[in-house]
Amino acid sequence: MENGISTITQIIPPNFYLILSSLLFCIGIIGVLIRRNIIVVFMSIELMLNASNLLMVSFSSYRSDGAAQVFVFFSMVVAAAEVAVGLAIIVMIYRNIHSIDIKELSKLKW
Amino acid sequence: MNQLIIFILLLPFLGFIINGLGAKKISRNLAGIIGSGTVLASFILSVIAFNGILQGSLPSSPVSLFTWIEAGNLRIPFSFLVDRLSVLMMMIITGVGFLIHVYSIGYMKEDDGFGKYFSYLNLFTFSMLLLVMGSNFVVMFIGWEGVGLCSYLLIGFWFKNNAYNNAASKAFIMNRIGDLGFLLGIFLIYHTFGTLEYSAVFEKAKMLPSGDSTLLWITLFLFIGATGKSAQIPLYTWLPDAMAGPTPVSALIHAATMVTAGIYMIVRSNIMFTLAPFTMGIISIVGLLTALTAALIAISQTDIKKVLAYSTVSQLGYMFLALGVGGYSAAMFHLMTHAFFKALLFLGAGSVIHAMSGEQDIRNMGGLKKYTPITFITFFTACLAISGIPPFSGFFSKDEILAHVYESNPILWIFAVIGAMMTAFYMFRLLYLVFYRDFKGSDKQLSHLHESPYVMTIPLIVLAILSFAGGFINIPESLGGTAAFKHYLDPILEASNQMHSSINELSHQAEYVLMAISICVVVLSILFARQKYYVRGEEPAMEKENLPMMVRLTRNKFYIDEIYEALVVKPIHLFGDFLLRFIEKLGIDRLVNGIGNSVIFSSKNARLLQTGNTGFYLFAMVFGIIIILLFNLIR
Repeated sequence: MENGISTITQIIPPNFYLILSSLLFCIGIIGVLIRRNIIVVFMSIELMLNASNLLMVSFSSYRSDGAAQVFVFFSMVVAAAEVAVGLAIIVMIYRNIHSIDIKELSKLKW
Repeated sequence: MNQLIIFILLLPFLGFIINGLGAKKISRNLAGIIGSGTVLASFILSVIAFNGILQGSLPSSPVSLFTWIEAGNLRIPFSFLVDRLSVLMMMIITGVGFLIHVYSIGYMKEDDGFGKYFSYLNLFTFSMLLLVMGSNFVVMFIGWEGVGLCSYLLIGFWFKNNAYNNAASKAFIMNRIGDLGFLLGIFLIYHTFGTLEYSAVFEKAKMLPSGDSTLLWITLFLFIGATGKSAQIPLYTWLPDAMAGPTPVSALIHAATMVTAGIYMIVRSNIMFTLAPFTMGIISIVGLLTALTAALIAISQTDIKKVLAYSTVSQLGYMFLALGVGGYSAAMFHLMTHAFFKALLFLGAGSVIHAMSGEQDIRNMGGLKKYTPITFITFFTACLAISGIPPFSGFFSKDEILAHVYESNPILWIFAVIGAMMTAFYMFRLLYLVFYRDFKGSDKQLSHLHESPYVMTIPLIVLAILSFAGGFINIPESLGGTAAFKHYLDPILEASNQMHSSINELSHQAEYVLMAISICVVVLSILFARQKYYVRGEEPAMEKENLPMMVRLTRNKFYIDEIYEALVVKPIHLFGDFLLRFIEKLGIDRLVNGIGNSVIFSSKNARLLQTGNTGFYLFAMVFGIIIILLFNLIR
């Protein structure tokens, strides 16, 4: 390795990772907006987080800078904590309305 | 000596506060004693100050209490000047005021607002003293406004009557119109001379040439202020309407003191007026016109107080005529004698009204001579004084005015003598109709007819003595006197007298002839009145009969009130109406209500965002993030 960058990454241009991450992110957003199942909405949120993680790792590899990978660690921890809290909230919602359809949660309508 | 000055002012003010706050709680006797006592104390202190000035022990320099306004270059101290002119006015105000206070104790005895009345009277005395004791134009203006306020309060004293309230408002508003002129004059004085203290202004004014245009405007504006306060054409119509107030108020305010404020102001600023001959010309013409018009109107009035009101306007016209021809001391002398006999006339009228149980129409009076002798004798004395019969005080003062007028312009003198004839005529008409021949009132009034109590008649007697003897302090040199009053005021009028020495002095011969002519025509006039109303017993016609044109015109005051109503009041009402209907309702209301309505409209639409749909909220979040990203991209 001449400059610390692995050969694989030298061959694959960074654009591919960029497009892949963006696509994953968009799929995640569309999932959040469209799906009616709360758990699927959560999965889409995780998808968005993972898309950004992927992007950061790929750039870290291209720039031989480890800082981004450390940031990815932080991001994963935050995601885990958020999942814990979010699932607890979903359980409470289910106990209240016996459904996991977000259309049922419309008491704050004007 | 500073203490003296402060007490002269403070005592009536204290009387105002005590009587004002304790109006319902203090007994009537106490309220009357406090009210009159404070004015008496001020009178005694004023006499002490007068003595001090005559002997030279009281320095005539301004006494400053504190600096009231200090802004940039403008520095206005709250300071007082007790010199010959102001101490003279102070004695008149407190002296005649005291007599009127005592009279009021009797006159207002049955009134509910007794304490309030005395507090207002004391406030008036305080304001008037402030006016004459100030040493700069601003303190004078404070007093000027204060007496206007008290005039309003006292004219509308019986406030439950709407017509009286309108009369009070009319007085105050007309005063304010004049005050606009006065204020403009003050501003111009400050702009020209950089100061408002009398001594500084007059020193600098002496340097200016005669006929200087700035002085012309200053004096014109000051004169407009004087017309408002002293009831000259065109701002005189408030004074007859002001008879709605209690009679002692008319005596104090509208005969002896407030209306003389304009004359005091002009005499105080005499140097500025002497240097503006055009203004002097206007003053003399306006004064003469006022004197004649008011005298004409007085001839056919049927309300006893209205006759006296127009008489006051007429006599003030004489004083202004004197000022206009340069006879400042003559005007002040007439001011003093007029205060005596006019207050006496008004108090006498009050006594008559009191005796007649409230009747004011002279067509229902008559023959009161035997029922109210003291009132009759004092009233008669006052009539002789106002007509100018020697040796009563009015003769000396009126004659001096006529002499000055003749020196200036013989034609003006002819008209002034005609005015004097009319004065004698209407006064004696009043006397004969009220006191002589047979009683024409109702039987109920006849049974109540009685002389007034001592507390009311003693001031009448004192004023009668003053009306008789008041002229002796200024017997002119042509009659062998010393003209003490005129020389007393010489130091105030120094500069003016220097400039006026060019006017031809009358010889003693000429003065005798003038005196003789005026006495003759006045006596003829009195005899004519006697013939008409006493011997032949004519009555002023009742309303329904067909009146000759002249009588109808003068009885309706030349319809001046109606003209003002049409020319001034109606357009202002129309303008206000226009502003209400168009600018207010269509413009401003729409604007202000529109803001409220737009808030309601936007909130009605904004709440539709709250759909309760979680998916929509998420969409809104995403939408917002995209906007932020786009914004950053563009920037």
